[in-house]
Amino acid sequence: MLAVRNLAVRFGGVTALEGVSFDVRPGSITSVIGPNGAGKTTAFNAITGYLRPAGGRVTYEDVALTGLRPSAIARRGIVRTFQRTSVFPSLSVEDNVLTGLHLRGTAGFLAVLAGRQRLVSEERSLAADAAAIIEFVGLAHRRRETASGLPYGEQRLVELAVALAARPRVLLLDEPGAGMTGAEKTVVSGLIRKVREQNVTILLVEHDMRMVMGISDTVIVLNGGRVIAEGAPAEIQAHPDVIRAYLGASHGSA
Amino acid sequence: MTRVGGGFLALIALTLPLWLPSAYHLHVAIMAGIFGVLALSLNLLLGYTGQLSLGHAAFFGIGAYTSALLTLKLEWSFWPALAAAVALAGAAGWFIGRLSLKLRGAYFVLVTISFAGVISLVSVNWIELTNGPLGLPGVPAPELGPWSLRTKTAYYYLVLAAVALSYVVSRRLVDSRIGRAFVALRENEALAESIGVDVTHYLVLAAVVSAAMAGLGGSLYAHYTRFVSPEVFLFSYTVTMVIMVVAGGKGTLAGPLVGAVLFTALPEALRAATSWQWQMLAYGVLLVLLVVFMPRGIVPHISASFSRTPRQ
Repeated sequence: MLAVRNLAVRFGGVTALEGVSFDVRPGSITSVIGPNGAGKTTAFNAITGYLRPAGGRVTYEDVALTGLRPSAIARRGIVRTFQRTSVFPSLSVEDNVLTGLHLRGTAGFLAVLAGRQRLVSEERSLAADAAAIIEFVGLAHRRRETASGLPYGEQRLVELAVALAARPRVLLLDEPGAGMTGAEKTVVSGLIRKVREQNVTILLVEHDMRMVMGISDTVIVLNGGRVIAEGAPAEIQAHPDVIRAYLGASHGSA
Repeated sequence: MTRVGGGFLALIALTLPLWLPSAYHLHVAIMAGIFGVLALSLNLLLGYTGQLSLGHAAFFGIGAYTSALLTLKLEWSFWPALAAAVALAGAAGWFIGRLSLKLRGAYFVLVTISFAGVISLVSVNWIELTNGPLGLPGVPAPELGPWSLRTKTAYYYLVLAAVALSYVVSRRLVDSRIGRAFVALRENEALAESIGVDVTHYLVLAAVVSAAMAGLGGSLYAHYTRFVSPEVFLFSYTVTMVIMVVAGGKGTLAGPLVGAVLFTALPEALRAATSWQWQMLAYGVLLVLLVVFMPRGIVPHISASFSRTPRQ
């Protein structure tokens, strides 16, 4: 289980997160929602080591993640994507995913210099893994194309493929549907469900309420750096504090 | 096709001393080979991790001085001195890599320039050890068992072996997950970290291998010219390496070698053709034309015109 306890992040005098605590149950799809500036991406950055929190801790299966480098956190199975599209721009789709497979490779410096035969078969099996992942996200026809040349929606799929290649046990997706067409969002939602079926826990930040309510088991609502509500999608939709946070106090239900 | 072309080039390289007209031409070929090692070395950092080392002459110079001092003062033979030169330059690379842990881009450039500046000052001022600006004459020629490698032909093959070794080391690295980690650092560092690539570790590794390779070039240079002075730390050596890598095609392995041959032979050809003022002018104009018409470098440009999807 991924557990966030009393997480606090401050930028100078501004408090971005204060006393944020929540659990992400294994095998669940958990969404974090909230108005702009609520601290969603900040929470992601603090969990994955891109930001050092001012207080609180993050643990995965009771091992502390706080203070580790992002790459060390990824090695423990917690892998994230980015809000702004993030691929290896001048590499082909295939090489993007092969790079994502870094943690699955075992070749060390000396073995590489010695040109061990074992490495040839490892490279072959990595290439097969890459092909399977590319097939999974539906980009087989783009395999050899340069990532930066792909349309926006497909670049987001490349990003997802790269993250999957790192073999996450918890996958943190930062607005996977942002800027996508309705059809593309449906594809992404389907992929997220399929990833969960492979025993990957998913934590997601998303603005699209239809997508969030459609795929989440649990929804966590952040506002002003605090958790204001947590529950199943139906409860959240009816939660008075949530409605107030999104629509303003004067529209609050009685 | 690449294989046939490669075999053809290897054949030319192996038979070169047989059909080059004079010892002078062979000298140019030897210098091209030494610069080939240096260009391959710089390319590992600049072409793959994307970090520009503008102090690369420091590693070259450390290799040259280490080898010269060990053979002159401690009377080591060439081969262990060569190994020590490679090791000490590699250690300097490790130091630079650790020093610039979080520094990228312009800051990495500054650290490398400063490092080269400091080392150069040491070589000028530590007179008891380095003989200062007068340099160290009489560096012995290498020997291989009972044979001396004093002749240009023999030395040519020694340098050629070093080029081949540097090429194979580079090739194996860049074709492996280590090379992909280097490129991940160049392409998108935040993404690289997110998938578990410890970018600092790989930057240090690239710096060590690159510096060690430059040290190899330095040692070969010292035992070829038989003389080492603080000039080995000149900024112009670094600039020449950068030109070779960038004009040849950074991030490819053939590129730096093409660049090394071209930019060793070109000044010599220009020297034969015209006076020195025109030489520098012609060199500059040719360089500008190359950069304008082949911005990615000669090798990527040519391979792109052969196939629409160039290989890495």
